[in-house]
Amino acid sequence: MKHLIKTAALFSLISLSLPVTASLAYVSNEKDNTISVIDTDAMTVVDTIPVGARPRGILLSHDGTRLFICASDDDTVQVMDLATRKIVDTLPSGEDPEQFALAPDDRHLYISNENDAIVTVVDVKTKQVLSQIDVGLEPEGMAVSPDGKWAVNTSETSSMLHWIDTETFTIKKNIVVGQRPRHVEFSRDSKIAWASTEVGGTVHVIDVDNLKQIRELTFDVPGVNPDRVQPVGIELTSDGRYAFIALGPSNHVAVVDAKTYEVLDYLLVGSRVWQLDLGKNEKYLYTTNGVSGDVSVIDVGRLKVIKSIKVGRYPWGVVVDPAS
Amino acid sequence: MPGHRLIRKLIFGVLLVASAALHAEPLVVPMGYIQWVPDQGPVLSNVIPKPADSGLRGAELATADNNTTGRFLDQNYRMATSVADSEEGVLASFDRMLADGVRLFVFRVPAKTLTALSKRARPDVLMFNAGARDDGLRLRDCAPSLLHTIPSYAMLTDALGQWLNQRRWNEVFLISGPTAEDKAWAAAFHRSARRFGLDIVEDKPWTFDADLRRSASRELPLFTQADDYDVVVVADVRGDFGEYVPFHTWLPRPVVGTQGMTPVAWHRVVESWGATQLQNRFRELAQRNMNSEDYAAWAAVRAIGTAVTETGSAEVKTLRSFLFSDQFQLAGFKGRKLTFRTWNGQLRQPIPLVHPRGLVDRAPFEGFLHPRSRMDTLGFDRPESECRING
Repeated sequence: MKHLIKTAALFSLISLSLPVTASLAYVSNEKDNTISVIDTDAMTVVDTIPVGARPRGILLSHDGTRLFICASDDDTVQVMDLATRKIVDTLPSGEDPEQFALAPDDRHLYISNENDAIVTVVDVKTKQVLSQIDVGLEPEGMAVSPDGKWAVNTSETSSMLHWIDTETFTIKKNIVVGQRPRHVEFSRDSKIAWASTEVGGTVHVIDVDNLKQIRELTFDVPGVNPDRVQPVGIELTSDGRYAFIALGPSNHVAVVDAKTYEVLDYLLVGSRVWQLDLGKNEKYLYTTNGVSGDVSVIDVGRLKVIKSIKVGRYPWGVVVDPAS
Repeated sequence: MPGHRLIRKLIFGVLLVASAALHAEPLVVPMGYIQWVPDQGPVLSNVIPKPADSGLRGAELATADNNTTGRFLDQNYRMATSVADSEEGVLASFDRMLADGVRLFVFRVPAKTLTALSKRARPDVLMFNAGARDDGLRLRDCAPSLLHTIPSYAMLTDALGQWLNQRRWNEVFLISGPTAEDKAWAAAFHRSARRFGLDIVEDKPWTFDADLRRSASRELPLFTQADDYDVVVVADVRGDFGEYVPFHTWLPRPVVGTQGMTPVAWHRVVESWGATQLQNRFRELAQRNMNSEDYAAWAAVRAIGTAVTETGSAEVKTLRSFLFSDQFQLAGFKGRKLTFRTWNGQLRQPIPLVHPRGLVDRAPFEGFLHPRSRMDTLGFDRPESECRING
């Protein structure tokens, strides 16, 4: 009898862990060396997968079949097959990979090597290093414009945005921004780039055609010391309506009107919010909260935080598979 | 070979012309680092000596950091260094570097030498103190050309005082050593005790001259006998007897201060807010861990680099006014933007409280309020200081 119950429990676990239709979110836990898998319908963790040391940046291949993981302390990028949830490959990444971005061709992966002040470009198909580009100190944020023309790297300690031409792999322009730039996000039409600076407390809006700053945003969270307002992750809705900005140890996400650049609201989430990603149909936004070790779920329609989901220690990055 | 030399000169000339044709003239930023640490005399706890190149290596790392940024902006940072063995040696190095055109200096020298230097300095010189923690330099003996990146004793003891207050460990057994530094540290702690409502129930000078390494377990329990106390605070700056106080107290109480759990500018165990990257970079360069003196020298050179990047100038007047402006902020891996106090030139900064293998906490703490910056709850606030170096 007992055996039967155990089998039944096991069976239900299996059916939970590999559901056919659920949309899944993946969260890298920096201090646990794991990836948490969240069923976004049930809003619960359905699997925890051991990966390499100090996983930070994660991203999905555009076809949604593979998850790329920066295993920073293992000096490698791991490739996880999402059907089997097994690490199937590793890519040469340079030392201490932290964040990366995949070009629209699904082949060129741009990796920040934080300790070496370089950006490594890898062809994920042939596993060849195509180029290593010298950038400023502590390269961090990486983004490729949706039209594939630009790769942008932020160097935290040099406080610059390096604009890399993706055809020649050379830097065409350096824009000095606030202290400790962390993240860059492009608008869907590749015309506007948003860059956050953690210590500066600013978000810089860049016109991509002219490579000129058109706006600098600051944040004033009621009741929070300005020093604690430290912008990191940025997520834009594809309709061009909202920009969501994770404000680090202020424990808030700013909601910005992406047309007027006006801050509309501050939403209270978990402690030290770092990265965020929109889910299926952009109905919900998921945030990683490093210190409280959880993921907050924001209802985008109502601009309300509706749930927090406990994950591993120091959740760093989150991606939601929009197709699953 | 004169011919060879001539060719090299010619090639150099051609290169210069070529690069001048391509770019504007690169901005050269000459800096100087001068160090003199007087002999501390023999100490009992000399098992783990402090590295002799503390400070110097931090300045070297920050120069490399500045140049990594500088190569994208056509800026070239150069650091001349000198490790002197006397005050005269420091002054001679200073004069030599001045003659070589250096105007930006970082010092790890005693307070007395700093005062001599600032008397000698012309107004077009900017000096950073990365070694002397003396409160006098922040209270009275200020100079318009002198900034401090190392925290003062008062900042360190205020960090400790806040921590003791929020732990509610208010009754203190204080042991202070015999040197001038020990007395200065103890005086700073007395001030912090008044500020944060601590009660110094015993205040005992350290008078032993025996070798404690063999007798600590007999002597110290007797020395620390008292009715009751929450914590033992040790003021032993050079590290003579303090390491033998923990675990030997009469009552089972923690030991904090200059030994045990200590307030510091920097320590190996600090890892948040990207500090891991700074620690890794430093270890790669120096083959050892980064300490407070290294951090203070690093912060000084990075402050210069940040100001040069933002202003595009290496002129002292431009840099100085930028460093004291609202635009300046140093990303110092401490989770806050760091700025300079306008009245006495002290770099505001959070203070980690550490033990040898771990971080305990970080001041300032929640609940200690300040109208301008919570970091100004550490050290001398404007009304407490006589200094007005910006008028």
